[in-house]
Amino acid sequence: MATEVADSHGHGDVDYNAPYLTAGKGIKSWLLTVDHKRIGVMYLISVILAFFMGGMFALLVRLELFAPGRTIMSAEYYNRAFTLHGAIMVFLFIIPSVPGALGNFVLPIMLGTKDVAFPKINLLSFYIYVIGATFSLYSIISGSVDTGWTFYTPYSTTSNTSVVSMVLGVFILGFSSILTGLNFIVTVHKLRAPGLHWNRLPLFVWGMYATSIIQVLATPVLAITLLLLAAERTMGLGIFDPALGGDPVLFQHFFWFYSHPAVYIMIVPGMAIVSELLATFSRRAIFGYFAVAMSSLGLALLGFLVWGHHMFTSGQSEFSTMLFSGLTMLVAIPSGVKVFNWTATLYKGSIALTTPMLYALAFLVLFTIGGLTGLFLGALNTDIHLHDTYFVVAHFHYVMMGGTVIAFVGGILYWWPKITGKMYDEKMAKVSWFFVVVGFNVTFLIQFIMGSKGMPRRYYDYLPQFEIYHKVSTVGSWMLLVGFLILAGVLVKSLKSGPKAPPNPWGSAGYEWQGTESPPVFQNFRETPTITRGPYDYHLCTEAELFDGFPEDAPKEG
Amino acid sequence: MATAESADHGHEEHPKFLAHHFDTPAQQFDSAKLGMWVFVATEILMFGGLFVAYLLFKSQEPQMFLEAHHRLNREMGAANTVVLLFSSLTAALAVRSSQLGKRKQTSALLVVTILCALVFLVVKYFEYTHKFHDGLLPGRFFTAHLPEHAHNGHVLPQRAHMFFALYFMMTGLHGVHVILGISILTWVLIRNQRGEFSPEYFTAVEIGALYWHLVDLVWIYLFPLLYLVG
Repeated sequence: MATEVADSHGHGDVDYNAPYLTAGKGIKSWLLTVDHKRIGVMYLISVILAFFMGGMFALLVRLELFAPGRTIMSAEYYNRAFTLHGAIMVFLFIIPSVPGALGNFVLPIMLGTKDVAFPKINLLSFYIYVIGATFSLYSIISGSVDTGWTFYTPYSTTSNTSVVSMVLGVFILGFSSILTGLNFIVTVHKLRAPGLHWNRLPLFVWGMYATSIIQVLATPVLAITLLLLAAERTMGLGIFDPALGGDPVLFQHFFWFYSHPAVYIMIVPGMAIVSELLATFSRRAIFGYFAVAMSSLGLALLGFLVWGHHMFTSGQSEFSTMLFSGLTMLVAIPSGVKVFNWTATLYKGSIALTTPMLYALAFLVLFTIGGLTGLFLGALNTDIHLHDTYFVVAHFHYVMMGGTVIAFVGGILYWWPKITGKMYDEKMAKVSWFFVVVGFNVTFLIQFIMGSKGMPRRYYDYLPQFEIYHKVSTVGSWMLLVGFLILAGVLVKSLKSGPKAPPNPWGSAGYEWQGTESPPVFQNFRETPTITRGPYDYHLCTEAELFDGFPEDAPKEG
Repeated sequence: MATAESADHGHEEHPKFLAHHFDTPAQQFDSAKLGMWVFVATEILMFGGLFVAYLLFKSQEPQMFLEAHHRLNREMGAANTVVLLFSSLTAALAVRSSQLGKRKQTSALLVVTILCALVFLVVKYFEYTHKFHDGLLPGRFFTAHLPEHAHNGHVLPQRAHMFFALYFMMTGLHGVHVILGISILTWVLIRNQRGEFSPEYFTAVEIGALYWHLVDLVWIYLFPLLYLVG
């Protein structure tokens, strides 16, 4: 298929059968594109920039904590640094990361369609992201924010930093997220290729679908919360101000009603990627496909019922805390379903330890640690001791970074040949994997110990007995930096001089690998594909057939 | 593998209104409709936050809510309810007539819908100015509790500003949606005038009307909650 010379009957100035990267020329053809692949690439570049910016603030925070007392910055700047680290990583990087970049690129191809349901709305969502990001950046240069990424009242209504512009930025970013989710829901429902039944959907699509539901239903609650917060600051509305008869705990309820489901907006896409990686590099169908698919929806549902576990010590009623604690324990069920089924997928698989697979395996271990330590925090008695300590910081970094970021990097490397048409240097990518994974554990494993010994999170200064832990953690953050710089080098080198990628370098049975060229043509497929098999039907062909084209996909005679 | 027919311009069965990535008009129509329903769900959750805040504060101070709501103009609110309900009817009729290919009738019904929306805003404008005059403003601008605003010797209860904070946030956000609805319906009207719709393709009319029903629906809840307390 790849050898086929592209037909050159153009449509306007766009050649529908040319590789999407060159199907239109000039900067305008990118900025005004409605091609989901190009929008995905623009998202990818944006979120990588956001990641490096958020990472820079993380490094500054860690550097400040290298020694007790003042190390490199004042307490005021330290408060801003950790706030910006959190806000940028959550709102500018991790929430749009997988859906915006990889989801946009891969989802329509996996569904065998030419584009998402609403291509113009897709482009709109990217520009809304850019506008929201601009507001946030304006906030950084105009006094910054020191409230923590959670914007808790009453501090956020009294802080003299630039809260309103940051809040408006996040408000706007929310609509970008909603529109992406809306697009994906409709695309999955209405644009599946003939023969692509629900039980043949790749698990990546199931994960994106579950994520989209959360994005559409939870984000508007954040929007109204932030609107109220902005009104509180500008007009003294009183809804969150006890002096005026309002209730600051209401803000926390509102905020976590979004931000807990948002945790699943972050992790479910990571899980979605890992399902694809494990299947491809074990050459096996995902064990318990249906259970894994349903567990994504289960997480989406449970995500809406457990927000109160962020508020065990905020003055909720005892009954609420017990209820939320019990519901929180339920989250372990779908999470466990996934982890056990993934592990069972590996059993007797033909495992290829490529870099994306190494990232997927790291995800399995790190996410399990992150998930299990969540139980300590969901249990009421242990949470009293552990809340607001570094134990919490370590827990959610194991889920968010050890989970989502690791999976995201694995996903970027996995789909890199499809996106760019180039291969990357596998050896150096493995070196970067080593630094990232080891650096991550050096940074955060020790924070569990530090937290259980009582080191509170967000503090500028600390007692001498915590110094060794902080020092180790900071050294780990430098290893992470090295790892990500090597990774960046690998990707840049691949773009410049990487060898050309074949259509299916991994020998995956996935529709996106079997059905398209690398990079795909503008309209993805030269002909609308008909799906006759599942995405993980490795038992239907030999190893050689995987690379050459699936026997089931060959055109039927007669 | 690529044949001349597979490139999709020149595809015989691809009508002009059908976007490149859809196979059939029905698929395109269903997608647009589902998309609007999902968006409606988003909107309802956005207002949901305000409804929760309303219920919380009302359960805390029911007496204050009861007394404060007497300052709202019930007649104007009721008139606006009738206007919006009627406009929802004309919006629905516009969809029907568009489906039947009656272009002029569709335009007329859309114009009536938009006029009703404008009437709603005008009434709202008079309501707001009257409130402002009485010092019933949101947040720290609230001065109605001061003696110069005493209403026939009737003094507002303490914290009545909370009721008006909610009143302005809820009706304000709804008002923004009315304005958005007017813009959408105007865009639909212009396209209808240009003759873009037919019994085969009236998607924009359908989803525009759907959005307008949402605006109406939210008001159906706002009116009793704010104007008919007790």
